Amino acid sequence: MSDTAWTRLDGLARGLSPFALTLAFLMAAAVPLRISDLSPILPAVGLIAVYYWIVHRPDLMPAWAVFLIGLIQDLLGGGPLGVGPFVLLVLYAAVATQRRVFAGGGFFLLWLIFLPLAGGAFLLSWLFGSLILDQVIAPRPVIFEYLTTIAFYPCLTWIFIQAQRAFLR
Amino acid sequence: MKKATGPVSHLTTPIRAWAHRFAFLILIVAAFALMLLGKADTVLVERARTAVVDAVAPILEVASRPVGTVRDFFDQIRELSDLRAENAVLRRENQRLRQWQAVAQRLEAENLALRELAQTVPDAGLRFVTARVIGDTGGAFARSVLVNAGSRDGVAKNQAAITSEGLAGRITEVGLRSARVLLITDINSRIPVLVGDGRERAILGGDNTGQPKLLYLMPNSEIRPGDRVITSGHGGVFPPDLPVGIVTQASETAMRVQPYIDWAHLEYLRLADYELPHLLLQPGGDPPAGPPMEALR
Repeated sequence: MSDTAWTRLDGLARGLSPFALTLAFLMAAAVPLRISDLSPILPAVGLIAVYYWIVHRPDLMPAWAVFLIGLIQDLLGGGPLGVGPFVLLVLYAAVATQRRVFAGGGFFLLWLIFLPLAGGAFLLSWLFGSLILDQVIAPRPVIFEYLTTIAFYPCLTWIFIQAQRAFLR
Repeated sequence: MKKATGPVSHLTTPIRAWAHRFAFLILIVAAFALMLLGKADTVLVERARTAVVDAVAPILEVASRPVGTVRDFFDQIRELSDLRAENAVLRRENQRLRQWQAVAQRLEAENLALRELAQTVPDAGLRFVTARVIGDTGGAFARSVLVNAGSRDGVAKNQAAITSEGLAGRITEVGLRSARVLLITDINSRIPVLVGDGRERAILGGDNTGQPKLLYLMPNSEIRPGDRVITSGHGGVFPPDLPVGIVTQASETAMRVQPYIDWAHLEYLRLADYELPHLLLQPGGDPPAGPPMEALR
């Protein structure tokens, strides 16, 4: 293969890294940790990952990739189908329309904006999940999952920053 | 690949922006279509779920091993620290259990004799497949685990998943090398049970919290906190008399059950194939559908 072909392949692999990394984290979240009471409120890593990449590299996290991540998350998790892609797409649209706010935002500002955005995402999931299941989903685990997601945000974001520095200079 | 100059470049051409919006709308519509499809609960959705889980299973299986090892290591350290106290407790418990063993043996003999007298039809045979838990999925919206045994190991839909402590859940999806166990705490779980010494019939329904509810109780049934809950075997899907949990709350508004299962140590599950002699389950296939099965969904 010629040098240009290698370069293009390399570029393609780097371009896919945000998507691949997000999938890897979805899988990692499914590994049983066997810590009591943690598994029902495990942070929504898909939400954090999609938020990070659509804010920092929207060119590498297009809408179809967001949709696919939501779909895989639903299929793997066994929850109500379709809610994951819908909620992540709404998040995508919310960030896309307010791009100017995010452009110059530092870590703490982005974390602060993530608070209401994630809250809205969980509220939507809860609403649509309850509608699909025809019964009210207990709100307590949902609220706790929201809190763990907020708390886990800096940790995951740090990993993504390192990945962005390593692969996507 | 060309490096993008920034998000603004997308919006420079109006046609491109319009195409982006159109694609986004299509994806939103697709998400709604998925919700409807999932609601209709077609075979297609189940196949898609099994395909994804089957594809991920080998990775999860490898990844879950070191986690288990680390966990065991910490457990061992903790156990070492209170070995003495535990020994004393176990001695006392052993003494008590010996007495119970004598009682059980006497009752078993008596039971056998009475069964022979009454010519009771023998219970269905139980066949077990033991599987390791390789995935803990769901979060706040669903409670299920993935196990590393599938149809090639003889796992079939609706088999009961149990541990030495009691009932954990029911098999809902079966792939070739993996399967999903819907836990009894899941919002979709419905298990026919018997409660207390009065053997009151009820349905144990999960709601994604740690303590599932008792539903469809008879109006005059007497249930108190501390009552034992066991599977009833009604519907012919589950073996009867599997321990499920203990009633913790018995008020007018809600009856809740604390499962016996220690969810934090859910490492191996026994999948019980309950072969009812009269229902003739097809080997490896789904049990015949009918009203009793519907009650379990």
